[in-house]
Amino acid sequence: MTHLVTQRLTVDALLAEVEGPERGGTCVFLGTVRREDDVTGIEYSAYDQMAIAEIERMLGEARERWPEARVALQHRLGLIPVGEASIAIAAAAPHRDAAFAACRYVIEEVKKRLPIWKKELHADGSATWVDPSGKPVAGGLRDR
Amino acid sequence: MARVTVRFFARYAELTGCETAAVLVPGSSATVGDVLTRVRETVPGARSLPPRLLAALNLRQVKHDAIVKDGDEVALLPPLSGG
Repeated sequence: MTHLVTQRLTVDALLAEVEGPERGGTCVFLGTVRREDDVTGIEYSAYDQMAIAEIERMLGEARERWPEARVALQHRLGLIPVGEASIAIAAAAPHRDAAFAACRYVIEEVKKRLPIWKKELHADGSATWVDPSGKPVAGGLRDR
Repeated sequence: MARVTVRFFARYAELTGCETAAVLVPGSSATVGDVLTRVRETVPGARSLPPRLLAALNLRQVKHDAIVKDGDEVALLPPLSGG
C-alpha cells in the first residue's frame, strides 16, 4: 500500500491490508494532531524516498520478529488540522500479544528513524519547527 | 574526485536557502564527514548549520565515517519528528 499520502487517513484501508481469518487480534494506533496553546495545525514534510525505504525496513523487521503478524502503516503529509490523524498503524496477529507488540514496535521505530518533520502553525500566522529532542536550538525551534 | 549530491530538508533547507547541492571530494577514501566539511565551505548559509548533524547516505542513516563514492546522495536530517 502507499505509505505516504496527503489525504485524510482512513482505518478501513489499513484493516483490509492486515485482516485474515487466522488472525484473531487486531490493534490500531492513530497519532493525531493535538490542540496545544495556539497551534492551529501542523505541516508535515518528508524525505520521501528515504521515508518509504525506512517504513519498508521497519515492516520487514516486524515480519521477522512476529512472522504470523501483518502490519500496515500510512503517514499523512502536508497541512493537518488539529484533531486529524497524521499516522495510522494496524497490526493483526493470531493473538493479541503479538498484535500489540508489533504495533508498538513500529510506532517506536517511526519516532526514532522516520525522516519526517513537523512545523507547528500558530494562530498569529507564525510557524515553528518541532524538535522532539527538547534541546533548545536557534532558529525558532520550540522544545517538545 | 567523487561528486556527491547533498540534500537539505525542513529547517536545514531554510537555513541554507537550498534543497540540493553538489560537492566534490577526493576519490577513494572521502567520508560523509568530509562531505559535510565541503558543504560548510561552499554552500552559502551552511555555516549556520548545527555542529552535530544527523546524516543519511543513500537513504540510510550513517555515522560520519561512512565512505562515499561518486554518485552518492548524502542527506542532512534535522531532528526527526514523524508520527
